[in-house]
Amino acid sequence: MSLWQYVTERWDRLSLQAWLHLSGVVQCTILAAIIGVAVGIAVYRSPAGSAVATALSSTVLTIPSFALLGLLIPIVGLGVTPSVIALTLYGLLPIVRNTIVGLAGVDPAVTDAAKGIGMSRTGVLTRVELRMAWPAILTGMRVSAQMLMGIAVIAAYAKGFGLGSEVFSGLTRAGSANSLNQALAGTLGVVILALLLDGVFVLISRLTIPKGVRD
Amino acid sequence: MTTSPTADVTTSDSSGVSGAEIRLDRVTKRYPNTAAPAVEEFTMTIPAGKVVVFVGPSGCGKTTTMRMINRMVEPTSGTITIGGQDALHIDPDQLRRTIGYAIQQAGLFPHYTVAQNIGVVPGLLKWDKRRIAARVEEMMDLVGLDPGTFANRLPRQLSGGQQQRVGVARALAADPPVLLMDEPFGAVDPITRGNLQDELMRLQSELGKTIVFVTHDFDEAVKLGDKIAVLGDRSTIQQYDTPDAILANPANDTVAGFVGAGASLKQLTLMRVRDVQYSTDEVLTVTEDEHPATVADRLTRAGRTYALVVDVRHRPLRWVHVRELAGRSSLQQAGKPVGDSVSTQSTLQDALEAILTEGGRAVVTGTRGEVVGTIDITTVTDVIAGVREEHGVGEAG
Repeated sequence: MSLWQYVTERWDRLSLQAWLHLSGVVQCTILAAIIGVAVGIAVYRSPAGSAVATALSSTVLTIPSFALLGLLIPIVGLGVTPSVIALTLYGLLPIVRNTIVGLAGVDPAVTDAAKGIGMSRTGVLTRVELRMAWPAILTGMRVSAQMLMGIAVIAAYAKGFGLGSEVFSGLTRAGSANSLNQALAGTLGVVILALLLDGVFVLISRLTIPKGVRD
Repeated sequence: MTTSPTADVTTSDSSGVSGAEIRLDRVTKRYPNTAAPAVEEFTMTIPAGKVVVFVGPSGCGKTTTMRMINRMVEPTSGTITIGGQDALHIDPDQLRRTIGYAIQQAGLFPHYTVAQNIGVVPGLLKWDKRRIAARVEEMMDLVGLDPGTFANRLPRQLSGGQQQRVGVARALAADPPVLLMDEPFGAVDPITRGNLQDELMRLQSELGKTIVFVTHDFDEAVKLGDKIAVLGDRSTIQQYDTPDAILANPANDTVAGFVGAGASLKQLTLMRVRDVQYSTDEVLTVTEDEHPATVADRLTRAGRTYALVVDVRHRPLRWVHVRELAGRSSLQQAGKPVGDSVSTQSTLQDALEAILTEGGRAVVTGTRGEVVGTIDITTVTDVIAGVREEHGVGEAG
């Protein structure tokens, strides 16, 4: 059976898993962005805080994803929970780092003027600083999303969501009928989703980055 | 208001003054972990509607002092009142919305258009949209930017000078009584800077704000300031007086060093020809159709050697010496053309330049270019001597 036949015959299951994969990655990216931007805002004014936050989120990235999931299962059990926790943790680094870099890179003259003409602390942050750091934050989210696309495959090990289960069962059944097709369909599916999501990010940056900040 | 006899406007109800008086009383700023305070016991009254320039070397605390007025820097001790109100007991954000603030790099919001940048403070003050739009347009006209062309531009599409204009417009948008300017023209080329200074002086003559202006350029201080405060280390006041008085009589070596060489020449930029006694009868003026013999006769009787030939509208044409008159039948083409003349509006510095190029005496012309008199080098030196004496006496008394 060719790959094409395999995909068309199992389209219902594959498309559902693709959808779950995509939606899981997008949700984890958003979660990571919320936490990451909050952490970035909390620490960007202090060089020491920035260094610690960046180091911590880098450390998470050095833990092999397989190991992290394995360690989470005894604590939170199998299923979606360990996958979401792992993906969100992995997604933090690029976002935290880019938020810090973006906020620290705002021209001090601009924030000084903003404060000097009477904008409140929150006003300066939301109306000036975050707007100007937005391209960097969005790039961080984009990198995270790409990374999570791949890592989400491993989440199948913890009985998580998405195309990972196709790849895994394909690989464990290696040699039997359609095992290669199954693994290939899962892998290619992830690649296609990654490209699609990247396209969406390009679109979002077009629509949301103010003209005066865009390069 | 007791500090200076030269401050003539001290209350905000005087005509043309919308500014408020600022008083700083024993204001000190001490940063943690530093031995000496950045600003120590700074006491000064800044009269309403006047431009006071803080000038001093880098790191002397002049910017810190200015930034304490809108509490961008919180004073460690001391009191600050603006228009009689205690500035240290108002919410800092509210306070800053009533104080214009313009800084060196303009600090425009790059993601806002020119109009949005100017409208920020009125927006913070919750003006309604139509009032903001009208105000933005008015401000753009005021600073010389055509609203039709510039309203929707982004800051990066403007030149440095235009950005500064927008910065000043933004600072003035909510009509604050007080304006703080921290080297606002420091980052633009000298020609643009000169233009912006002229514009600021024009604006100020219309608006009558109380302006605190920080610069390290003494010439800028002389040009813009009603009063200049020369500051030393820890923002200690070395001298606080009119530009005139500081140039004529620097209080100490620090001030003298800051005034620099050419204090007398700078003094000359402060005075105009109309303010001094130029001579109106020193020179014999003759028209071209007079006969050379008659002119020679008049010169001899007046005991002079030169006559000034003027045209029918009494505008200067040529200098003619009595020797050149002999044997001539007409005054046409006789003598040496008048090169440089000065108007009554010119500064004494321009006058001096003209006197030097003309060889000792320059023609003074009125508003329509007609001869009203002449000015010579002794007039200028007498004026300088007079100013020095006046301020020397003032200092002793």
